[in-house]
Amino acid sequence: MTGPPLASSFLQSQSFRDVLYIIAFSLFIQGLRGLAGPTTAVRGNRIAAVGMAIAVIATLLNPLEGNWGLIVLGIALGTAVGVPAARQVKMTAMPQMVALFNGVGGGAVFLISWAEFRLTGGFAHSPTYVTVFSLFAAIVGSVSFWGSNIAFGKLQEIIPGRPISFGSAQQIVNLVLLILALAAGVDIAAGDHSEAIFIGMLVCAALLGNAVVLPIGGADMPVVISMLNAFTGLSAAATGIALDNPALIVAGMIVGASGSILTNLMAVAMNRSIPAIIAGGFGGGGAIEGASGAGEHAGTVRSTTAADAAIQLAYSSRVVIVPGYGMAVAQAQHAVRELTKELEKRGVEVSYAIHPVAGRMPGHMNVLLAEADVPYDQLKEMEDANPEFARTDVSLVIGANDVTNPAAKNTPSSPIYGMPILEVSDSNSVIVIKRSMNPGFAGIENELYYDPKTEMLFGDAKSAVSDITAELAQI
Amino acid sequence: MIVASTLTTNLSILVLAGFIGFVVISKVPNTLHTPLMSGTNAIHGIVLLGGLLIIGLAGNGAFNKVILVIAITFGTINIVGGFLVTDRMLEMFKSKPDRGRNEREAAGEEKQEEKVP
Repeated sequence: MTGPPLASSFLQSQSFRDVLYIIAFSLFIQGLRGLAGPTTAVRGNRIAAVGMAIAVIATLLNPLEGNWGLIVLGIALGTAVGVPAARQVKMTAMPQMVALFNGVGGGAVFLISWAEFRLTGGFAHSPTYVTVFSLFAAIVGSVSFWGSNIAFGKLQEIIPGRPISFGSAQQIVNLVLLILALAAGVDIAAGDHSEAIFIGMLVCAALLGNAVVLPIGGADMPVVISMLNAFTGLSAAATGIALDNPALIVAGMIVGASGSILTNLMAVAMNRSIPAIIAGGFGGGGAIEGASGAGEHAGTVRSTTAADAAIQLAYSSRVVIVPGYGMAVAQAQHAVRELTKELEKRGVEVSYAIHPVAGRMPGHMNVLLAEADVPYDQLKEMEDANPEFARTDVSLVIGANDVTNPAAKNTPSSPIYGMPILEVSDSNSVIVIKRSMNPGFAGIENELYYDPKTEMLFGDAKSAVSDITAELAQI
Repeated sequence: MIVASTLTTNLSILVLAGFIGFVVISKVPNTLHTPLMSGTNAIHGIVLLGGLLIIGLAGNGAFNKVILVIAITFGTINIVGGFLVTDRMLEMFKSKPDRGRNEREAAGEEKQEEKVP
């Protein structure tokens, strides 16, 4: 008779749950270690998913107050939305998918804080630190939710990608919103139990999330997405401290660390400071400076045809392909892979040089090329690719612009001066596939196009690449 | 006293997790940064636990229940969607180099066979 109750009390004991939580976060860490290489990564992700399942089961062992129906409802709804979204999303749309998933995470954080506030009568009997961490989670979660939704809207082109801002008042508006949200938080922490103040705090944080992301243009998106990722992670860690849950603390903090590392890497790769990106859209200053310098180029641009480009590629021994966002927009990754196969048949050695900020999120180009069956070992990171350009016959630039601009190395007055670039101009010749001579996102004229070694092939990336492949087949 | 020690323990966990996070994440190559981001995205869906814990407490009113069901839905989307999409991406990275190698090996074998006769 004593068997079942004993078992259930053991399962429901705090220590048992804590052990499960420790197993769960160990699996998260072990899983992320797997991401160090492509062969172990799939397993790593699944290990982390098992950890998550254990964490959820441990939580459900808690003596709950009979709200099982609601729990099942929430999980069923979430699964019904999440599974098809994850299965159907195109690889080119990955940045907005990640932004959206990040947003719902932030949304969950601030909703949980809000529910906690209501349940405890405005943290009436909570220790001060619980109140402070819950409020932090509410503010950061709300910023992350709204910021991510705006980022999603911009990437999905529901909202115009160009910077939308209050101009010079932008920083003041942001600062005022931040101060208001913090002031409301301090007021509640000091003992005010008014829900109106709490909602006011959420609204200020929501407006701040909008105001921070709206002015940021398309090319700065990798930084924004990484930063919002870090925000949601940190807010989850704060929720973990408020709820005294070790799994939440560890998982949230690791995500916070990951997002911070990526944010910093992206900012370094763009040669811009994080505060400068947050304080105002990139488009503004860079575009104006670039526009004034645009007319100064006296050099001529040589254009080429698909047939000539095919001949040039066919008779080279080493070709490096430099993909950029233009390739993603044109969905040209499969066409590029076909071209590569055709070249390899002729004994041409082909590799891909990938700039860290190519695309709309960190590592975006690699995912697209992996989707198109490009072998992992052909994808070269910038540091490995740059020394190789000198012994490259043809660099084929597909829809990449600012990341190849030699002005970043040679022209101290350029807005992108100091930004690490792919040094394609070191190769014997360069073919650039581009829609027109319009400057890239930073609005800066690209000196590469006036280089006597460079030939331009104007057109849509996908059709231009397919044309070259077709010409190649006839040689 | 008990409260202070809980806080200290949790802050220690927080700081140590931060250091571990930096070490582990620093080893991830640029090439895998998109899956890294969507994978960590899935992991922060763990806030779902917060929703589960609070909805399990006594005294939640109707409005609270609505908020919490939305939070649980959001957390689940985050977890399920995040892990699935990461798995999809990583599968592409994993299988392709092998297949490429197999193709090349197969091509090599064919050439050898051609040479034999």
